Amino acid sequence: MKPDYVVVDGNEAAARVAHSLSEVIAIYPITPASAMGELADAWSQRKEPNIWGTVPEVVEMQSEGGAAGAMHGSLQAGALSTTFTASQGLLLMLPNMYKIAGELTPAVIHVAARTVATHALSIFGDHSDVMGARQTGFSLLSSATVQEAQDMALVAHVVTLETRVPFLHFFDGFRTSHEVMKIEALGPEIMGEMVSGALITEHRQRALNPNRPVLRGTAQNPDVFFQAREAANPFHDAVAPAVESAFERLADLTGRRYGLFDYYGADDAERVVVLMGSGAGAAREAVDALNDRGEKVGMVTVHLYRPFSVEPFLAAVPASVSSMAVLDRTKEPGAVGEPLYQDVVAALREGGRHQIEVIGGRYGLSSKEFTPPMVMRVLAEAGASDPKRHFTVGITDDVTRLSLPVEEEWREPDDVVQAVFFGLGADGTVGANKNSVKIIGRLTDRFAQGHFVYDSKKSGAMTVSHLRFSPRPITSTYLIENANFVACHQFGFLEKVDMLALADEGATFLLNSHYGPDEVWEHLPAHVQEAIISKRLEFYVVDGYRVAREAELGGRINTVLQTCFFALSEIVPQDEAIAAIKDAIRSAYGKRGEVVLNRNFQAVDASLDALSKVKVPTAAGSTIHLAPAVPEHAPDFVQRVTGMIIGGKGDLLPVSALPVDGTFPTDTAQWEKRSIAEEIPIWDPDICIDCGRCALVCPHAAIRMKIYDPSELDSAPAGFQTKEWSGRDYAGMNMTIQVAPEDCTGCGVCVDICPAHSKEEVKHKSINMESQLEHVDEERTNFEFFLDLPELDRTNVKVDSIKGSQLLEPLFEFSGACSGCGETPYLKLLSQMYGDRILVANATGCSSIYGANLPTTPWAKDAAGRGPAWANSLFEDNAEFGLGMRLAIDGHARTARTLLGALSTEVGDLAGEILEAEQSDESGVRKQRERIEQLITTLQDVDDPRAKQLETVAEYLVQMGVWIVGGDGWAYDIGFGGLDHVLAMGRNVNILVLDTEVYSNTGGQASKATPRAAVAKFAAGGKSTGKKDLGMIAQSYGNVYVAQIAMGANMNQVVKAFAEAEAHEGTSLIIAFSPCIAHGIDMGSMMAHQKRAAESGYWPLYRYDPAAEAAGKPGLRLDSREPKISFKEFAALEGRFAMLARANPEHAEELAQQAQDDIDNRWQLYEQMVNVHRTAVFEDLEEGE
Amino acid sequence: MNLATKYLGLDLANPIVPSSSPLTRNVESLLALEAAGAAAVVMPSLFEEQIEHEAMAVHAALDYGSEISAESIGGYFPEMDDYNTGAGDYLDHLRAAKEALSIPVIASLNGDSAGGWTLYARIIEDAGADALELNIYLIAADTERPGPQVADEYLRLVERVRAAVTIPLAVKVGPYFTSMAHMAGRLIESGADGLVLFNRFYQPDIDLETLTVGPNLVLSTSEEMRLVLRWMAILHDRVDASLAATTGVHTSEDVLKLILAGADVTMMASALLKHGTGHVSTVLEGVEQWLERGNYESLDQARGSLSQRSSPDPSAFERSNYMHALTEYSSKY
Repeated sequence: MKPDYVVVDGNEAAARVAHSLSEVIAIYPITPASAMGELADAWSQRKEPNIWGTVPEVVEMQSEGGAAGAMHGSLQAGALSTTFTASQGLLLMLPNMYKIAGELTPAVIHVAARTVATHALSIFGDHSDVMGARQTGFSLLSSATVQEAQDMALVAHVVTLETRVPFLHFFDGFRTSHEVMKIEALGPEIMGEMVSGALITEHRQRALNPNRPVLRGTAQNPDVFFQAREAANPFHDAVAPAVESAFERLADLTGRRYGLFDYYGADDAERVVVLMGSGAGAAREAVDALNDRGEKVGMVTVHLYRPFSVEPFLAAVPASVSSMAVLDRTKEPGAVGEPLYQDVVAALREGGRHQIEVIGGRYGLSSKEFTPPMVMRVLAEAGASDPKRHFTVGITDDVTRLSLPVEEEWREPDDVVQAVFFGLGADGTVGANKNSVKIIGRLTDRFAQGHFVYDSKKSGAMTVSHLRFSPRPITSTYLIENANFVACHQFGFLEKVDMLALADEGATFLLNSHYGPDEVWEHLPAHVQEAIISKRLEFYVVDGYRVAREAELGGRINTVLQTCFFALSEIVPQDEAIAAIKDAIRSAYGKRGEVVLNRNFQAVDASLDALSKVKVPTAAGSTIHLAPAVPEHAPDFVQRVTGMIIGGKGDLLPVSALPVDGTFPTDTAQWEKRSIAEEIPIWDPDICIDCGRCALVCPHAAIRMKIYDPSELDSAPAGFQTKEWSGRDYAGMNMTIQVAPEDCTGCGVCVDICPAHSKEEVKHKSINMESQLEHVDEERTNFEFFLDLPELDRTNVKVDSIKGSQLLEPLFEFSGACSGCGETPYLKLLSQMYGDRILVANATGCSSIYGANLPTTPWAKDAAGRGPAWANSLFEDNAEFGLGMRLAIDGHARTARTLLGALSTEVGDLAGEILEAEQSDESGVRKQRERIEQLITTLQDVDDPRAKQLETVAEYLVQMGVWIVGGDGWAYDIGFGGLDHVLAMGRNVNILVLDTEVYSNTGGQASKATPRAAVAKFAAGGKSTGKKDLGMIAQSYGNVYVAQIAMGANMNQVVKAFAEAEAHEGTSLIIAFSPCIAHGIDMGSMMAHQKRAAESGYWPLYRYDPAAEAAGKPGLRLDSREPKISFKEFAALEGRFAMLARANPEHAEELAQQAQDDIDNRWQLYEQMVNVHRTAVFEDLEEGE
Repeated sequence: MNLATKYLGLDLANPIVPSSSPLTRNVESLLALEAAGAAAVVMPSLFEEQIEHEAMAVHAALDYGSEISAESIGGYFPEMDDYNTGAGDYLDHLRAAKEALSIPVIASLNGDSAGGWTLYARIIEDAGADALELNIYLIAADTERPGPQVADEYLRLVERVRAAVTIPLAVKVGPYFTSMAHMAGRLIESGADGLVLFNRFYQPDIDLETLTVGPNLVLSTSEEMRLVLRWMAILHDRVDASLAATTGVHTSEDVLKLILAGADVTMMASALLKHGTGHVSTVLEGVEQWLERGNYESLDQARGSLSQRSSPDPSAFERSNYMHALTEYSSKY
């Protein structure tokens, strides 16, 4: 029978099996496993049943801990349950995993294995998470490929029922979870044959049930706990044989044969490498290459890692083997070797084969590339006379010198089509390439693979797609280096990336270009021209933007470039390819309507006419060169390290270049000039009213306001714009609104908010979007001059006003957040108002990613070197993390005060001045800093050991704020317990919740902040429950300052709220409405959306000040007026609500009415709360009354 | 009194046809109009541009943010079963109206592309419309395009739709042609079974507070009927097609004047929005009473009796009418 091929990624392959064999699926989003949960939810939403005909219930929990708990409960009540997770998520499941395994409960957790955060977070793949679960009692089953991710998933579900031992099935994050591959599908029939109905019945009979009650989860004591723990041994002993048996049955049904340990290589191998996971693909190619050269090598791929079965392992290793290299994709500091190494050594010892020399090494942490030459090098080391017993491979370790240098070149076979595509994160390149893999996988006998690499930014990001099409099954689990097809979908990338370094001799190069075949050459950078000539590339251009524009598809050039790829690659006959592309479009967009289909078809049809071959001259001659990653005057660290990462050469950095503890300098985003905007705001001073709003709302600190003495203008560049400051506060001064032309992302929020327009031409505002290309040179010079203008003395600025705050230097600038991000204006404002004296505890999420994803950080420093000190701990613990900072700072301050008190005689009057200093404003802080400087000087002459101690803590006598920052996923869900506790403690921390009302970072999953009626992932039918009122919960403590703000609705209130929160001597909570691309709006108009949100009562603005309450005044003050537009009027303009109105109008109407009721009820409640006095007034009562 | 009339080959009980308005947007008010005596109804226009815009907006929203980072690859919205883009809503309403009403249902179409006009015309026909009104809404704003080219565009469009459908076809146009009378004839030659005079374009307005320009829909008044009146009188008996009068038809007097000028039917929207669906019966009563008072045998007898051809003063409908009016007006002061 011809195999039933499908083209899927690892997540889909595993999730399909899990969904088919489960009844309850409890999930929580985490990269790179989120897609498994989303797919399961989507299938259940579509009423797709499991193999027994019932639709699995998919529930999103508040954390992975919650998901594991729900799964545990559902298992106890007899359901077949599963979950999906990775990394920290898996760690949060550990407590439940011990319980589930200890209770011998059949269950499967599917893990897209990901790095556990240590010195840094990484979303990429390694085995550090699953290795943390190896002691839980779960069996660990490893998949090396997408095919295996499907097959092993089935085996896990089958064997867990047979043995009652729960399974953790894992595959490598991104490399396997996101790799699109042509695989043989498992139909429901095969799954049905593999799973025993009788065992399901037994599982149900063990369930908690009042009709046959039992007790589980007892507390046991020294007398019996140990024995009981051992009582389960036979069940664990039965796992390996059961897995082997399941493999046998699977092989009978499908022809695909797996072992607990799969040996591949020479029968008489002398050296073997042992590993598990996707690295096996590269290892296999290395083994073939070495054996072809006459060497005798082999490899063992581990599938069942726990329980580690000694006999089958020994059986897999040929008797001829004399040395062995064990590769671990994890690091266990302090251990003799990594876990797999230790298991192998112990197994060989136990099996009497200790004469085999074993070396162990680490590879591939955080998805580090792992290639056949690396395996060849490892095997060479294994055969060396004096090998490194412990090593690393894939990096250069010049510190502990553990790394093996890899020099071998590698070429893939010529009959493999290798194509690389450079696209923009929004142009549809990845989606089109996934389709291409599917098309070729389906239409031809070729095997197809797609792997996708993303950069670290959320705006203007580059995607690189690596596609292989081979006559043989593809085992190449590494990036393409000798591509025979290179496509550049964005002309601007040519100056930033040396993409043709990946092109093989004679390869085809397709460029999306505004310039036609006759004019393009002169616009190419020199290195591109040289590569085209020297590598004899076939060079084609297509104006994808024109074709897309003519088909009214905006910037979506995906179908155009895809069609050209098919035409040039000739893998599929052209007619068939075009028909297949159209089929793919139909299948992807069919539900979106004929219009969408027709426009895409039109683009496909017009593509080939627009494709032209370029006649390549014999010599290069361009004066355009690759831009240096960072300017020469950047600091040393930025030159040596940051610049390398920016330039795409981070892989080349040796160990010594990197900080040992994850500590990086701030103030580095300024060196990463990305120039991603097509248009930037250009200022017309003649009509400016000096309001500062443009600077306030700019998400990227790319438009700024400064006032200065006119004498400063003497050295101004010719094009530098200026005007007199109109206010009396700085009479005689000049001001400038200046764009940072290479840092602006072109969102247009500033122009949208600008209230000043020309009297002669209304559309002309005081700032207007104009061509970046035309203005960049002049504005670059202007911006440099602007930066050199002196900053205003902070003590002369009214910080808590819109204008005042915008005259302060932003210490959060040029983040890689989405263009038009709704969160970052708040952070920038915070950095302006208090950035020189705050610590920031940042929950994992968008703000930690745009805040600290290498290469650079937007957190910056002022001229004195002061700025926010920032750290991210985890997703779930951020409130506690920030509280800890407060405790430490307060402790240091206490110590300092005690020491200063003790040394008051030596220090003199200054001691009293310091101890009693008023620091409620800029001037107070400035004076205290001066006093501390004086103190340090004074202490130099004090001969007392306490003076030295005081020196180390004296700076804590200057006020320091702690800001705890995170999104709604943290504050409302996973971190709520901790946040609630911190609120209750009353310590002086400020909590800023950037509320986007969904999990923005992981792709828009619903949180408890998601409003009723909105569509989000896990709320596809519109969220049917209302949003949690976090502000009211906080107010219930009575001593917490609470503000609900929205910058676009009331800027003044925002500034006041920040000032009041900072001033409040206790806990403050600010909930900031933060529009997000997940809202389905034009981000350029995000401020207008905020205005409407407040006008409709959807997002009422208020401040609750316990101090007012204590003074006998109403604590709660409403800062927005009674709703004047309906919820529907607000919602109609946001895709998240409007989508449902289109898809399911009746239900949308029902939810909209309920959402209106939510608003009306809340407003009524808040209005009453304004008049509520919390403090009870007791009359003095006479005794006896 | 026999008020029967024929429009686009359809036999109607009287000449009152509610034209496209919010009242024809739901079946409940359509039934009320029928009960009040409306002889046929014109559905709201299917706007191709709006349909396309909505579909592309859904498409853009679903794709927006996809591939934005390694952590959010699949876009920000879950895929749904159906986005109900396209003409589905319109056709559902058309079918429901056909099902509920016994009077003829005339669909209305405002296309945006050559393909769109014919595509939607066909699906409207398939959905069971008794006739189709082409709501041609072109603002000839291109300074480079001469009038005859614009006129030709109208004609090609009518030809294409005529070739695509077999149901009766009315063409609703504005009055802004160099030679309206000639144009009317050519529209009919191109395949129109009737003309609807005139399209009342939404006129823009300026908000002095916000300094924004937007459409400002103002209900018509009876005075606006007189432009229609002129052309009705001029075209009656000169073109071989049905003539519908629309814009400014508010009272029975308005209806009667237009019938006397030569209209086959008169269409109302503003008056019904102002006075409610029951206004149809009030107008009909007024028409009937006037005819009875004048001892007319039927409405047909009166039709066109004051058209330009039948009028004792044909020039009154032409330019001299203006000069005369102006003289009269000035002489009062």
